[in-house]
Amino acid sequence: MAVARTEKLPVQSSEDIVKVRQVVRAWAVAQGFTLVDQTKIVTAASELARNTVIYGGGGTVELESLGDGKRRGLRLTFADQGPGIANLEEALRDGFTSGAGLGLGLGGARRLSNEFEIQSQPGVGTTVRIARWT
Amino acid sequence: MERIPILKMGPVLLVSIQVDMHDQLALTLQDDLTDRIVKTRARGVLIDISSLEVVDSFIGRMLGNIAAMSRVLDAETVVVGMRPAVAITLVELGMSLSGVRTALNVERAMEMLPGANGDAVAAPGEGTDGRRPD
Repeated sequence: MAVARTEKLPVQSSEDIVKVRQVVRAWAVAQGFTLVDQTKIVTAASELARNTVIYGGGGTVELESLGDGKRRGLRLTFADQGPGIANLEEALRDGFTSGAGLGLGLGGARRLSNEFEIQSQPGVGTTVRIARWT
Repeated sequence: MERIPILKMGPVLLVSIQVDMHDQLALTLQDDLTDRIVKTRARGVLIDISSLEVVDSFIGRMLGNIAAMSRVLDAETVVVGMRPAVAITLVELGMSLSGVRTALNVERAMEMLPGANGDAVAAPGEGTDGRRPD
């Protein structure tokens, strides 16, 4: 699997969340995603970017455009050095939130992606990686 | 400060969201609308989201909050023009917008709102006392 292009963006503020949506949209279009697939990955990115800002205290997202010969994809890695998540299973459950949100962010982003991976260590930070393929 | 404009047409408040809203802008709209419902004694709120390419859980929650708050203030909210890709994504995200009335276009939304289709007495203007008699 080849990584054709990468870019790293800051995810620090609610303006950055908007910027992430716009850049992910442009990359999804460039990868030939259908409108529904574009909307799904942009929405997943918006949820994860907001988690990075609100719960992670800010961080970064790395975009990678992927190709394996037949399919094209987009991988997004959100990383923060925030307080981390003590109970991942609980955090992934719909409706669970430690803040004021609806608790749909992580579970929703997982449902909107083809691949989902999360690593978190209390006191060290959280990394969430998603990918979607054409 | 950046704001989404709210237009008054008879007893109905009209909002057309034309920009990719950051979270604070969405919260401001929620507050502004609640204020305007009280000030204008509006009976209906029509929110056009046909320009929105993404509705994530934050915007979805804002729409639900506006519907709930307007109901408490004796006004009906109808959300108009959701794009098909947005609808598919919202449901997969886990949001069914169960408390929010929706319509495919503005004409149909106006038919759903009390007094908006010309069969009722004109609503009093801003700043007058008392509610419009039913």
